[in-house]
Amino acid sequence: MDFILNFWVELGAWFGGLLSSWGLPPWAVDLIADFLGVLILVVCGVMAVLIFTPMERKVIARMQDRPGPNRVWPYGLLQAIADAIKMLTKEDIIPTNADRALHMLAPLIVAIPALLLFAVLPWGPGLIGANLNVGILFIVAVGTIHVLAVLVAGWGSNNKFSLLSAFRVVNQLLAYEIPMVLCILTVVLFTGTMKTQGIVEAQTVPYFIVMPVAALIFLISALAEANRSPVDLLEADSEIVAGYMVEYSGMKFAMFFIAEYVNMFATGIIFATLFLGGWKFFGLEDVAPVLTPVIVFLKATFVIFLMLWFRATYPRMRFDHLVGFAWKFLVPLALVNLFLGAAVVKITANVWGQAVLMLVGNIVLAAAALFIVNRAARKLKDAPALKRIVAVER
Amino acid sequence: MTLLSDYNFIGVFVVVAVIFPFVALGMAWLLRPKKPNPVKSDTYECGLQTFGDTWVQFRAQYYIYALVFVVFDIEAVFLFPWAVAYNKLPLWALFEAALFLGILTVGLVYAWRKGALRWQ
Amino acid sequence: MEFTMTHVVFLILSAVALIGAVGVVTARKLFHAALFLVLSFIGVAGFYILLEVEFLAMVQLLVYVGAISILIIFAIMLSRRMMAPDVEARNEQWLLGLGAAGVLLAILVFVLLNVQWPVTESQLPPETISYLGMALLSPDLFLLVFEVASVLLLVALVGAVIIAREK
Repeated sequence: MDFILNFWVELGAWFGGLLSSWGLPPWAVDLIADFLGVLILVVCGVMAVLIFTPMERKVIARMQDRPGPNRVWPYGLLQAIADAIKMLTKEDIIPTNADRALHMLAPLIVAIPALLLFAVLPWGPGLIGANLNVGILFIVAVGTIHVLAVLVAGWGSNNKFSLLSAFRVVNQLLAYEIPMVLCILTVVLFTGTMKTQGIVEAQTVPYFIVMPVAALIFLISALAEANRSPVDLLEADSEIVAGYMVEYSGMKFAMFFIAEYVNMFATGIIFATLFLGGWKFFGLEDVAPVLTPVIVFLKATFVIFLMLWFRATYPRMRFDHLVGFAWKFLVPLALVNLFLGAAVVKITANVWGQAVLMLVGNIVLAAAALFIVNRAARKLKDAPALKRIVAVER
Repeated sequence: MTLLSDYNFIGVFVVVAVIFPFVALGMAWLLRPKKPNPVKSDTYECGLQTFGDTWVQFRAQYYIYALVFVVFDIEAVFLFPWAVAYNKLPLWALFEAALFLGILTVGLVYAWRKGALRWQ
Repeated sequence: MEFTMTHVVFLILSAVALIGAVGVVTARKLFHAALFLVLSFIGVAGFYILLEVEFLAMVQLLVYVGAISILIIFAIMLSRRMMAPDVEARNEQWLLGLGAAGVLLAILVFVLLNVQWPVTESQLPPETISYLGMALLSPDLFLLVFEVASVLLLVALVGAVIIAREK
């Protein structure tokens, strides 16, 4: 029974023993074990695309009261495979005068950081690719490579729309990076370590209860980093016609899409790790550690469901509203939240005391922020120019 | 050297992650038709011919946003070691960091008031 | 001198960084030069990992690859049209330049081989970031530097806003 409950850890140990018993030197055992782990994680990540693409279309369709894809297999669940076959067999068109090297480089660069994120995500008490000392910082650093890929794609397409959209996407990504990093800092304040396993283990109370404002800011910023609605102005089909991806066809376009969905899945897991308690579930992880990957997957699916819900519900935001919202609302709010967190951690060392104080502080902060925004919006409503905006703008 | 052995994993991961798009694109290269055609290879402009060179009015505002981002990025970088060591530091670490954050908030407010964050 | 995995990794990273550096100065298109610079930055980040200062490696990726290279590319786009003619990466003084570079190489090799570089024998603790944090914030170590850094960032921000607003 113990073998079943601790299945993953036992499996890893058994496999390591098997490899050494074949007479391989220890570095080869490590290398093969690493390689298999990497393969499993990469396959896991790509599976996410296969699962979440039809899920997204079905969920949004149901929210809009229509059936969604339902041709491929009952309920259209294998739609992603049909899409993959379609993408594989489309002709690859490279526009004239485009920089061929850059045009081909961008899909490669965009897929790598999305996959690399899976190396530091915790799936269970002993299940992690590499428990780096700087786990969370690794996630942030790797995420910024995506920005570069967008610029290369935009420039390499020799297309005005592509370039314009690339500039705007980069600005959006940069603007929402800072609130994300500040919220991560607030979490690290409470846990005292940057290791992803450490953050999960330190959450006796899940952090979205302790600091809901930080969780919300992180969710919004992660949405914007993934270029999802309601902030996908720059890659939506009805807007700038897929923006920086417009000159890509076939598998290269699929690379951008795969990167987006893998990124979404990784963001779901990161949010679950930081704010939802990771692989913990009211003690289930002590009873049956074999179920922890399932717990993580379900939490990530919940976060993705939230993202899809946002997409189906909200209209798109204009670009200047977008960046104004990030710089003028989210960054000051995240800064104040960070300071509040620092104060709370020093006031009391008791975990429950910190949780209660931080929650109260967050509620007060949220109320104050909404009050200020309301007052500023009302002042603008009474102004001669009738502008309804989202952010405080003077 | 357990530190570097963690990075062995990352190294293998980087190699596999770099190979993966090549494999995918290679499969596509084998499977897809190749019939280039001058009309197909034209730059996309909603069905019209492109006018003039590809040149977009690059507004300085894009650059300013990137500049402000760099400053706040480095601020966040300085705050990471503080956040990790925070539990072991005495109380006045809070005030030191408050001073640091305060100075940079002054910068943010300055940029805001001078309209550097406004999209014209 | 034994030939371990560390040496192999060091050679690979050196190759990456050097190819990047050579690419920067010999690329014909400016955008390609910027991308080679990014490659060089990534190589340097790898060096930091080899030296077991992983925090600096991540900061290198985050700040240099994620922010500064974007600034550089924006500056390129601000000043160039996409179809600008390719720039030939050499001029008539290349022989003089080769001579100067050779002298510099000789000096560097001489210094590298003849200086007694202090090598610490102690093992680094498994987690260095909390020590870095404590060092940054203790008054007798680097607190003043920490606060001056924030003033420096403020000056940079104010200066950037002033210069950019004059347009």
